[in-house]
Amino acid sequence: MPSLVEKKSSRTPARAGRPAPELIFGDLWEFDPAPETADPKLKARYDLFIDGKFVAPKAGKYFDSINPANEQKLAEIALAGRDDVDAAFAAAQKAFDTTWGRMPGRERAKYLYRIARLLQDRAREFAIAETLDGGKPIKEARDFDVPMAAAHFFYHAGWADKLEYVAPGRRVAPLGVVAQVIPWNFPLLMLAWKIAPALAMGNTVVLKPAETTSVTCLKLAEILQDAGLPPGVVNFVTGAGDVGAAVINHPTPAKVAFTGSTEVGKIIMRALAGTEKKMTMELGGKAANVVFDDAPLDQAVEGIVNGIFFNQGHVCCAGSRLLVHEPVAERVLAKLKNRIRVLRVGDPMDKNTDIGAINSKPQLEKITELVASGTKEGAEIFQPSCRLPSKGYYFRPTIFSGVTMSHRIAREEIFGPVLSILTFRTVEEAIEKANNTPYGLSAGVWTDKGSRILKMSVELKAGVVWANTYNKFDPTSPFGGYKESGFGREGGRQGLLDYAKLI
Amino acid sequence: MTRLPITKTPKPYVGGAFIRSESGRTFPIRDGAGNFFANIPQCTRKDLRNAVEAAAKAGPGWARRTAYNRGQILYRMAEMLESRSVEMVVAFNPAGEKAGTSAAREVRCAIDRLVYYAGWADKYEQVLGSVNPVASSHFNFTVTEPMGVVGVIAPDESPLLAFISLIAPVIVSGNTVVALASEKSPYPAILFGEMLATSDLPGGVVNILTGFRKELVPTFATHTHLRAISAAAAMGGDERKVLRLGGAESVKRVQFAAANGANAWFDEAAQSVYAIRDFLEFKTTWHPVGA
Repeated sequence: MPSLVEKKSSRTPARAGRPAPELIFGDLWEFDPAPETADPKLKARYDLFIDGKFVAPKAGKYFDSINPANEQKLAEIALAGRDDVDAAFAAAQKAFDTTWGRMPGRERAKYLYRIARLLQDRAREFAIAETLDGGKPIKEARDFDVPMAAAHFFYHAGWADKLEYVAPGRRVAPLGVVAQVIPWNFPLLMLAWKIAPALAMGNTVVLKPAETTSVTCLKLAEILQDAGLPPGVVNFVTGAGDVGAAVINHPTPAKVAFTGSTEVGKIIMRALAGTEKKMTMELGGKAANVVFDDAPLDQAVEGIVNGIFFNQGHVCCAGSRLLVHEPVAERVLAKLKNRIRVLRVGDPMDKNTDIGAINSKPQLEKITELVASGTKEGAEIFQPSCRLPSKGYYFRPTIFSGVTMSHRIAREEIFGPVLSILTFRTVEEAIEKANNTPYGLSAGVWTDKGSRILKMSVELKAGVVWANTYNKFDPTSPFGGYKESGFGREGGRQGLLDYAKLI
Repeated sequence: MTRLPITKTPKPYVGGAFIRSESGRTFPIRDGAGNFFANIPQCTRKDLRNAVEAAAKAGPGWARRTAYNRGQILYRMAEMLESRSVEMVVAFNPAGEKAGTSAAREVRCAIDRLVYYAGWADKYEQVLGSVNPVASSHFNFTVTEPMGVVGVIAPDESPLLAFISLIAPVIVSGNTVVALASEKSPYPAILFGEMLATSDLPGGVVNILTGFRKELVPTFATHTHLRAISAAAAMGGDERKVLRLGGAESVKRVQFAAANGANAWFDEAAQSVYAIRDFLEFKTTWHPVGA
């Protein structure tokens, strides 16, 4: 039987101050498959959701939604045209004028509570659908995406009849119809982040999900129907960027809320420059995760792994730049290599899978291209030699050491399971490097020293700072960026105010 | 023989110093009777860039001051204006349109506005920030931080009151400012700059430029170190678009004050903690709770 521990001399017993021997699992054992098999209850074809009904697109066009884990067609999704977008906004405006905008807050609250409960009821089914459509590991969809989406509805429900506490000294009123465009990395959760506060405040919504991940959005439409939500309060139009452009450029909405890349965010800001529409922008990031020499290194390594490999790194706040204090840089790198050797990459439907499928082929190509640039520019690459499924879009967890600030992999958002490691000597250097980016969404800091945590929290120019933890989210906790990572917040009292006007 | 009075050369206040435009250009302003009053520097985009540099340099130190200290300095600004209010009222004469009682009313209101925002310095955080009851074992709190350097474009109406109403809520939280004075009536802002120099406000926190909006607004829009722009509601659609279009390149926050029209600046509604909020970032920090 192979030894489970690193070799050590039997004559020198482990003494205090000496690191404990590490368990090295390597490839000693195979994991048996543990597939999730419940029925996601998908329809073969999904229509648009307008005015409380599923309606076929006027032009009759559909596109395929692909399961990125095996490249097979999952469902057909309606392709919205300009007429359909018009109809969605007309329905939203009518609902704002006749039902939702006039309803007392306590009644609006009840609908949101219902939605939260119905989503909890069908959590397993939604988690499976989310994994099939987007490629994320089932354990993440099951334990994070779906419960957190339900939590967002539940949290905001309670605000609907307490809006006089949102802006002390002032009264608030809904804006009217809001247009919302969301990304493919957390399809259902981003939808909940967008819809729940908008509805709690009394707005009505036209939302466009990302073209690769429309399924759970349209499944949620079933829940909205079951909840008895008045027609037109929430409308879903599906399609690619041109549909998104039609949504944000439509004259009806008083506000546009967007989550996606900084590049597209700037396009939207330019498009709306001549209008008085309010905006919220939740854009890209290139977060620094800063590890000091006094950090609890094993915990830090877990946090680093969670920070960059959670959801295949398709996370705008991913800890994609690891800044390590020089005295511990070698040890951290060695521990990281050991740790990612045992990450399980593959079938997202397997309950043991740590890293699932890359969301789409174009995204896989983008990651591949940026990783090639890292090697070409002189950084040292490490990838474990894990087997990847023959079909589907997969990428090995990747770490680059010896990265400098000028490398593309240290400056550009990769949005994949790729970590760039840089080192620093002093606190000042860490701050300087961490802030040397046009982004400012999130940051991490690992140290045992409380005063240093608070100093770093003040100095890091980012909207969210995780200290001795990473990638934590909550509906009560405002999330959003500094600088080119966008403006406005989502979550908490602060996020709610972004869907109101002061009167 | 009557004595010839010494006239003052008006100079913008940048980086704690009184400057001339690097361009050497000026434009004349006249008093209420139509007589020549003085030449005003016609600042350029290079002057603007220099001012942004001064503001960026002053920023970290100003933001690190305690809230109590910033509050006292804003109050000191009110003291300076009150003690020189007679001089400020007279300064409205070359503004052309105001004299006597209406100027005096505007100066009084501007002083009160400074006192209003001085008082917010150590209070807005408790109104706008929060401790968040997350559903996990973490201490989670949201605090505000200044954005950095903010561009302020003052309207022509109420040249002192609007100017101060736009600047005070921006600097009270630790932002620094590059402000363009009213194009038509720049003199009250120039005189206010002289008062700032004696009000304990560190040099570079408020930088005042004079000149033509047409020349300077596009640079305000595109300068990437300006994290936000504050302008008046009365700003025309074309200028708004220039600001937003240029601002998109660096995801700039472009805000238009609520007060619309000369009289609106006198209203209580023209001052609000939400004018401070418009130039703050929210930062949320997570920390595990455990032994």
